[in-house]
Amino acid sequence: MATVELDDIRKSFGPTEVIKGVSVDVADGEFIVIVGPSGCGKSTLLRMVAGLETITEGELRIGGTRVNAREPMDRDIAMVFQNYALYPHMSVAQNMGYGLRIKGLPKPEIAAKVQEAAELLQLTDFLDRKPRQLSGGQRQRVAMGRAIVREPSVFLFDEPLSNLDAKLRVQMRLEIRELQAKLGITSLYVTHDQVEAMTMADRMIVMNEGRVEQIGTPLDVYERPESLFAAQFIGSPSMNILAVEGREDGLHLDAMILPNPTGVSGPVMLGLRPEHLSPDPGGPIAMKVLLSEPLGANTLLHGKLAGGQSFTASLPGVHRADHRDEPLRLSILPENMHVFDRDTERRVG
Amino acid sequence: MEKRVTFKGWLLPLCLIAPQVFISAVFFFYPAGQAVWQSLFIPDPFGLSSQFVGLENFEYLLGDPYYRASFVTTAIFSTLVTLAAMIPALFLAVMADRLVKSARVYRTLLIWPYAVAPAVAGVLWLFMFNTRVGVIAWYLGQLGYDWNHVLNEGEAMGLVVVASAWGRISYNFLFFFAALQAVPRSIIEAAAIDGARFWRRFFTIVLPLLSPITFFLLVVNIVYAFFETFGVIHTITSGGPQQATTILVYKVFSDGFVGQDLGSSAAQSVILLLLVGLLTVLQFKYIEKRVHY
Repeated sequence: MATVELDDIRKSFGPTEVIKGVSVDVADGEFIVIVGPSGCGKSTLLRMVAGLETITEGELRIGGTRVNAREPMDRDIAMVFQNYALYPHMSVAQNMGYGLRIKGLPKPEIAAKVQEAAELLQLTDFLDRKPRQLSGGQRQRVAMGRAIVREPSVFLFDEPLSNLDAKLRVQMRLEIRELQAKLGITSLYVTHDQVEAMTMADRMIVMNEGRVEQIGTPLDVYERPESLFAAQFIGSPSMNILAVEGREDGLHLDAMILPNPTGVSGPVMLGLRPEHLSPDPGGPIAMKVLLSEPLGANTLLHGKLAGGQSFTASLPGVHRADHRDEPLRLSILPENMHVFDRDTERRVG
Repeated sequence: MEKRVTFKGWLLPLCLIAPQVFISAVFFFYPAGQAVWQSLFIPDPFGLSSQFVGLENFEYLLGDPYYRASFVTTAIFSTLVTLAAMIPALFLAVMADRLVKSARVYRTLLIWPYAVAPAVAGVLWLFMFNTRVGVIAWYLGQLGYDWNHVLNEGEAMGLVVVASAWGRISYNFLFFFAALQAVPRSIIEAAAIDGARFWRRFFTIVLPLLSPITFFLLVVNIVYAFFETFGVIHTITSGGPQQATTILVYKVFSDGFVGQDLGSSAAQSVILLLLVGLLTVLQFKYIEKRVHY
């Protein structure tokens, strides 16, 4: 068990900088999810923590000790790979015990630890099987087991669920979280799936193009996104973004006037979550509905505003798109309005 | 699930396999049949007539100490050639696989020896080890070692083994290198995180994953050592000194074409044919089991 500190970590491949300064302090036992679109550098960052990629600049400390120059095996970490990376010629038990065998532990001790981990992961019936005789979910568990038996200070997960089908993914998500809570081992978890990030993280790091957009609890990020990118990346369907003009009497968009909660002036970007809109005959937003997607519990309405901007609203219950001629009027509470600077794309106020 | 291509008639499939059947018939079945037929006869010393003797040629061979010695020579020779061709190839492939930048250059250079014909390779090595003008023989002389493969049986064997294995290293290197590249990176990384250092990883993870290709190369190299090293032996030692490098194939040649005992030569060919058949059966049996780990 240990803390992990990243201090202005940078990575360059030749002249291209791919990780542009990441700093974060991970507390002991914390579950951190690194989330971002493909190519944002999240996996590279994790691999740098693992020691599979060199750190160009900055300092990495695990348990307070600088580990930049240490080999992966000397960092006291364990990693779960996206494709599981099981040793195909070894049985499940051998896979799980490999690290202990390398360490030179006596055989009975290895067998006992493997047995213990197998019980935890319900793998006791499969210990003699080869990886190819297992299902995807079982392979995933073996990969977890291999990480657990070594009793590392830090777990690293590199998109461990992305090769599983949707149903299994939900189940494994819970299992990983429960296991981590039980073992209390500091974890870094990389994913591109915002649902995984929201449901699993103690805190999440939203990354984009090698930069940290925001670090915070999932609800923090959802309720108070610090940047336009974080605002759009987290939440489904994604936030409506409108270019508006701030004046004293409110935010102007063509003929529409919305409240101006922060009192900004000049051109800004306004973010409105589809699920925060509510139908209101006197509401300031007028949307022409073009398409509706009934999901049962709620309905997604896609359409356009008077100025031609695409707009999405998510309304509770079943809503029929019978507003063909008449625009649907919507309103939103001022505390649910997010205002961003147009140039820096950071949150204003 | 098995995929089967089905044809409506017989004409098209027959036409499609005809070329292969034709080539096999002309260059394999016919000569093999001839060999079997000839192995039952003894020609007279002038080659004008021959006499049917049944299996006497075989009987004589199995009782012939020279022929049995040739079996032993072949076993030693092919074992050494296979080892000398595979172990350095694997080592070079592992080293080339570690490189990031200049891997392509090394790869290309390492493949070149394969392009050298066995007889030419034999001449090259012969020249280097020539007792009077050979560079290496001269240096060995300077070191106080009197190299003479024309007289020393062990040195003769060593030289034909090296000359035979040399070009083969390239061939084996190619296969090993490709197989190494196909080992998933993440498995190596997982082993590195599990605490295994390079050579430990190599012996516990990489080598087992290479076992199918290793077995394939083992068989191919044994077959090579048995049958395709004729040119090397012919140019370097001509089977000498004292039959020390007369492998089975070379004995077929020297008894048949030098000694003009076509009946015995044919009988030896038939025995070799059976040996190849056995090797092939073994190969398929084993490969079917081991190809998947």
